[in-house]
Amino acid sequence: MPKTYADLLREARSQIREVTPADVDALPAGGATVIDVREDSEWDQGHLPGAVHISKSYVEQQIEGAVPDRDAPVVLYCAGGVRSLFAAQTLEQLGYTNVASMSGGFQAWKSAGLPWDKPVNLTSEQKQRYSRHLLIPEVGAEGQAKLLASKALFIGAGGLGSPAALYLAAAGVGTIGIVDFDVVDLSNLQRQILHTNDRVGERKVESAKKTINALNPDVNVITHEEMLLADNVDRIITGYDVIIDGTDTFETRYLLNDAAVAKNIPVIHASVFRFEGQLTTFIPFEGPCYRCLYPTPPPPELAPGCSVAGVLGVVPGIMGMLQANEALKVLLGIGDTLAGRLLLFDALDSTFTELKLRRDPNCPVCSTEAVAARAEGRPLPIPVFAGTAAGTAASEPFVLGGQA
Amino acid sequence: MSVVKIPTVLRPQVGGNKEVEVAGGSVGEVVDALTTQFPSLRAQLLTDEGGLNRFVNVYVNGQDVRYLDGLATTVGDRDEVRLLPAMAGGDGSGR
Repeated sequence: MPKTYADLLREARSQIREVTPADVDALPAGGATVIDVREDSEWDQGHLPGAVHISKSYVEQQIEGAVPDRDAPVVLYCAGGVRSLFAAQTLEQLGYTNVASMSGGFQAWKSAGLPWDKPVNLTSEQKQRYSRHLLIPEVGAEGQAKLLASKALFIGAGGLGSPAALYLAAAGVGTIGIVDFDVVDLSNLQRQILHTNDRVGERKVESAKKTINALNPDVNVITHEEMLLADNVDRIITGYDVIIDGTDTFETRYLLNDAAVAKNIPVIHASVFRFEGQLTTFIPFEGPCYRCLYPTPPPPELAPGCSVAGVLGVVPGIMGMLQANEALKVLLGIGDTLAGRLLLFDALDSTFTELKLRRDPNCPVCSTEAVAARAEGRPLPIPVFAGTAAGTAASEPFVLGGQA
Repeated sequence: MSVVKIPTVLRPQVGGNKEVEVAGGSVGEVVDALTTQFPSLRAQLLTDEGGLNRFVNVYVNGQDVRYLDGLATTVGDRDEVRLLPAMAGGDGSGR
């Protein structure tokens, strides 16, 4: 005898364990995977915090990706508690052993006054543009929204900044600031791919802005056409979530380091020399800062810049892209950054080497003592290094030559 | 013999070699052997008082010797010693 809807519903109710919204709210963090089986348009109106969205029509196809362990606890919900019962039957048919349906669904959840999230609504163009990000569980719509709300600052629109800025722009990092006071030179074009032949002589910040907006008009490009100096560094870096360091002088790098530690902003550092690159991520107080790594700058003859020593164009390209990767992880809060690790790249051997870095307990900038001293308005003195690359320049009144 | 990895910027002082094999049971002995063989390295690696310059980091098997025992850090046979000065670039625009 054919069954009616009422028969099917009765069967489902007798077969599937039901839990109340209060039960679900009382689950410890990670106590169960909570899955919203409603349609996209319903999900977009709001959902349980931390819920995974698999609409009922995709449950069979997507559940194994979302919950690989068939004995793991799963709670399903829909709008009123019916569709989730039927979806739970499907999971049981697939061998899931610990499935419950939330009675009353999202409506009952909201009526109980429990918290819920309103998801970010990406435009249909954004959904298409960032579709490959949206498919990755670690990014998804929420991660993409984070990126769109993020602000990344580039010190230099040069060899490192070019690939990093292009990829962060493509990734939809919503605000990209660029500090650079230079103009595009023909000798830049061997590697600085933000710029083009017809822009030789143009201000780099303007050239970078054109390229970035041609790639992704979502990105708000803020141009800082000035040198990074002691009296403007705080103003420039304030409000940024991450800084991509492509400076080419030690004085700028120490200046940036000290200001970023004080403001607790992560700095993704890279430097290059001919066929070699160094890369690390300085996350204040989580790992060392630049002064922990190199307490004093080398004499100029030990650290010639690229304009003197040369560099294979792809080396800043590779290092810049690794900086972009670090920046994306910092912004999304996923993965393990290079905090506490220095990555060396040798382009001739095609080898990567990793060295372990540590915080210097006596660091004049990031040690506990230094933080306390700053809080009391009497920062620890930072040694001036006479006869070194930075010491020479620092003896002049903060006329810093650095940018990338 | 341990292998000392030489950064590009110091290679002119060691005959252009990327790595040099030297004997020595500690970082101090390795540096001594190296600077005896290549005297022009001494000024770049060591202070006038004979300590390691702060702008050159020395790693033994990937660990910074500043956080091990400094020049007294033991170096075993086939251990890798790496000299690593800070790099300037960034990638300036060639001004």
